[in-house]
Amino acid sequence: MNTVEGLKYTKNHEWVRVENNIATIGVTDFAQSQLGDVVFVELPEEGQSIHAGDSFSVIESVKAVSDVYAPVSGSIAKVNQELADQPDLVNQQPYDAGWIVTVELTDSHELDELMEAKEYERFVSEGGH
Amino acid sequence: MNGHLTVFELSKPGRIAVDMPTSDVPEESLETLVKAEYLRSKPAQLPEMSQPDLVRHYTALSNRNFGVDSGFYPLGSCTMKYNPKVNEDVSRYSGFADLHPLSSPKEAQGALELLYTMEQYLAEITGMDAVTMQPVAGAHGELTGLKLIRAYHRARGENRTKVIVPDSAHGTNPASATVCGLETVEIKSNPDGSINLEALKLAVGPDTAALMLTNPSTLGLFETHIQEIAQIVHDAGGLLYYDGANMNAIMGVVRPGDMGFDVVHLNLHKTFSTPHGGGGPGSGPVGVKQNLIPFLPTPVITYDGNQYYLDQDRPQSIGRMHSFYGNFGVIVRAYAYIRSMGADGLRQVSEDAVLNANYCLSQLKEHYHAPFERNSKHECIITAQKQKAFGVRALDIAKRLLDYGYHPPTIYFPMIVDEAIMIEPTETESKETLDGFIEVMRKIAHEAETDEAKVQQAPHSTVVGRMDEAQAARKPVVRWKD
Amino acid sequence: MAWSYLPHTREDRELMCKAIGIRSTEELFSDIPVSLRLASPLKLPPSLSEPEVARHLSELASANKSVRELVCFRGGGAYDHYIPSVASHILSRSEFYSAYTQYQPEISQGYLQALWEYQSMISELTGMEVANASMYDGGTALAEAAMMACAAGKKDKILVGGTLHPHYREVLVTYARDQAMSIIDVPPLDGIIDLDRLGWLIDETTAAIIVQSPNFLGNIENLKEIGRIAHAKGAFLIASVDPISLGVLEAPGVLGADIVVGEGQSLGLGLNFGGPYLGFFATTEKFMRKMPGRIVGQTTDNRGNRGFVLTLQAREQHIRRNKATSNICSNEALCALAAAIYMSALGKTGFREVSRQCLQKAHYTYSSLTALTGCEAAFTSGFFKEFSIKLQKSVTKVNEGLLEKGILGGIDLGGYYPELEHHMLICVTEKRTKEEIDQLAREMEALI
Repeated sequence: MNTVEGLKYTKNHEWVRVENNIATIGVTDFAQSQLGDVVFVELPEEGQSIHAGDSFSVIESVKAVSDVYAPVSGSIAKVNQELADQPDLVNQQPYDAGWIVTVELTDSHELDELMEAKEYERFVSEGGH
Repeated sequence: MNGHLTVFELSKPGRIAVDMPTSDVPEESLETLVKAEYLRSKPAQLPEMSQPDLVRHYTALSNRNFGVDSGFYPLGSCTMKYNPKVNEDVSRYSGFADLHPLSSPKEAQGALELLYTMEQYLAEITGMDAVTMQPVAGAHGELTGLKLIRAYHRARGENRTKVIVPDSAHGTNPASATVCGLETVEIKSNPDGSINLEALKLAVGPDTAALMLTNPSTLGLFETHIQEIAQIVHDAGGLLYYDGANMNAIMGVVRPGDMGFDVVHLNLHKTFSTPHGGGGPGSGPVGVKQNLIPFLPTPVITYDGNQYYLDQDRPQSIGRMHSFYGNFGVIVRAYAYIRSMGADGLRQVSEDAVLNANYCLSQLKEHYHAPFERNSKHECIITAQKQKAFGVRALDIAKRLLDYGYHPPTIYFPMIVDEAIMIEPTETESKETLDGFIEVMRKIAHEAETDEAKVQQAPHSTVVGRMDEAQAARKPVVRWKD
Repeated sequence: MAWSYLPHTREDRELMCKAIGIRSTEELFSDIPVSLRLASPLKLPPSLSEPEVARHLSELASANKSVRELVCFRGGGAYDHYIPSVASHILSRSEFYSAYTQYQPEISQGYLQALWEYQSMISELTGMEVANASMYDGGTALAEAAMMACAAGKKDKILVGGTLHPHYREVLVTYARDQAMSIIDVPPLDGIIDLDRLGWLIDETTAAIIVQSPNFLGNIENLKEIGRIAHAKGAFLIASVDPISLGVLEAPGVLGADIVVGEGQSLGLGLNFGGPYLGFFATTEKFMRKMPGRIVGQTTDNRGNRGFVLTLQAREQHIRRNKATSNICSNEALCALAAAIYMSALGKTGFREVSRQCLQKAHYTYSSLTALTGCEAAFTSGFFKEFSIKLQKSVTKVNEGLLEKGILGGIDLGGYYPELEHHMLICVTEKRTKEEIDQLAREMEALI
């Protein structure tokens, strides 16, 4: 299982990278490995506002389906349209080209609730899924 | 190669596979009969085939398909028993096959008698008070049953919205609850798939509409605490729903109605020998206890001792679940089956089905991990846990079975058992067939240890190899295009 | 006693018990509480031998009056079309009918391909981009379409043309009740949907308009205009159609339908007293991943061969469980196979010819009947193979008279709509001959 230092993680296996109040959101390497071959990502609309804890996207693999929950609240700035054509980017590069949306944060304090890489690794290894 | 080409690739303009008589009425131009804007602008590009080519095409396709008549088909939870041939014949009798559903009941007395009698038989077999034959599949039966339960609570002025489902349940159970506008509460099962009574006690409450249960469970084990379970649910004001997928284990031995269930659905295409048809048509009749009778779908078939009628005047009914009366043609087959077997025959069916499953288990447990010590009912579970150590998974074992001419068992279900392989032989398989299968399963277990690549890359002898399912789902090609 | 479907001999059973380590099969049921076990055998009639079963069923069958004995002018969602002989012969192949769902594509290529071909032909016929591998029947396919439209549009109001088959409407209402879906009827005018009323009733909260065309009364609806009204308010158009009509009538996809469903019984299935029938379901590519039911897709195997698999399974109940928008799993696969055989047997020209003959013969019948004193046209709207007439007598009485002459008369519309008392819905398929139609007219004349 791969994690990346400096990102924040959720118990639902999403990651967040924050730069200048813009949060980029994707799912973790562990999440993609559990799903298997991703075949479709249902993408939200740009401009749509989301609330922490709500599902805003759905990832489908051949034999499974999983909601993606917003780790933070805000309005969706950009959606990764590449995923429409190449959903397997989620498998291949979960922390890079496989990102799902960017969000303009409304409450940066929400980030404090999230886990650091090490903490998340421990959470997963203790069977937290 | 013929079987591989599609009907569109075989098509050639000018051919036809059935001769049409010419119209013998005085005709007018289409434009005078129908507004020009309503007329089709471009004819549908249907394939054009001669009759011999058409027959060869479909025969070739049939040769690329495996049914119960082709060989052993121990697909767990699907009850792939033999489909008696006389049942096929009787269902095609003109009085059934060419009977218009909107005939007046007077012209359909034989059909109504059959439906009415079938309701009585199924009520007797399940220990319920009344049955509707309308649902056409197991999932359709579930939806009907849950709607009956909702209507019952509603009529009592109660708004109960939660359905308790064990985590070992068939996926249809929670899906049916959702389609019925109910919320699913999943409770964790005991490791053997039985209901955890403590979890159940915590889950029930004034919002409990029902508990959905399969007994024997999806693990093929009898729920021995069923009376306590019924008590807990009934005390909370909820009802007990019986998923009849596993009814083949207990006919003539024990009845859901006597266990305390209020609503049951059956799968005539499982328990009562009607063909699965490649995924339907099925039939999923629903039986209920007395207090739910007013809510049954309309029309209800009634009998005054002389004539059969269709009763539409049922103010508390949930309404109609099917355009007509259900899959009548399937019901005719199941009726013929029950008449062929009788009470003794049906009990023998269950005894032999259970015997076959336990025999398979007894002969395989040395070679495969068997997670449960108890006697199973009509299906048994082994796992690929031992083989996993060699890199061989349940899927690989299933695919390797194809090379030996068997349809594989159900794999990866129930989900609470890792690497599950669920074998349901059914009663229509002989000891010789089972012994042949057991021998092959042992051989595969040996191959897993000595030549794992052979198993991992199976099948080798089928017309096609393993399919790229990810490609199919990423860029779906779901129709022919020129 | 021996049963021919049960292979075990007494010796087999003994050997197997021994291998398991039990004395009798009774022990295998010992975990069932004694208080629950049946003390006496089930109360069922004694078992019959095969010839006895055949005789008994033959007696029950002959207590019905089938369209083999009668000349059928009855329709209403169940039609007496000719079924080519190839259909029953191919369907009798048990490699097809004794199989189950195609979970193992390597040994199910035949069925998967046949279903894929079926999907292709339904898409082509309806003018839509995708179709699923079947639903239960016309009524439930329509209810599923309504649920899909509500889920996709995140709205819950459905406008339903008052000319929809009353049984389909009942099924829709049954499904809708527990789904918080509201069903609003749009009353008809001259036997078709009143477009003005439709315009008043629709608003931004409407998920879809449901229209049957040709409708239950036989009349052809203006799908294009209704689609325009729907789309202007962001609603979807759901069309329920008679597939046979699509040989002559414009494909609903071309007219703007978002979902096309219907009863496929006309495509090579017997009347069967109402089932098994075939719900077909087609839609646009946009909705492909929201469509209920099974879908077969084309792909390649690990040897580079073209092949077919069940695909987009993440939509389905066994994966999505309580988040699934439909609970359907077993469908009517064998009926879809029958429809595929039917469509490919008739082909492009034959299919159009069946459709054309239905239309021509229905109009000839209409002219013959409306020329009679005491029988007039009920509506002025155009129709396909069914039409409504108004009599001055009870339809039940007329039908009783016709039955005595070996004719299955039309549907009594008064039984469904009180305002249509004395109205009869007549259906004429390509199977009816001029002689049969002329006989109907003669007998009607005598009866009215």
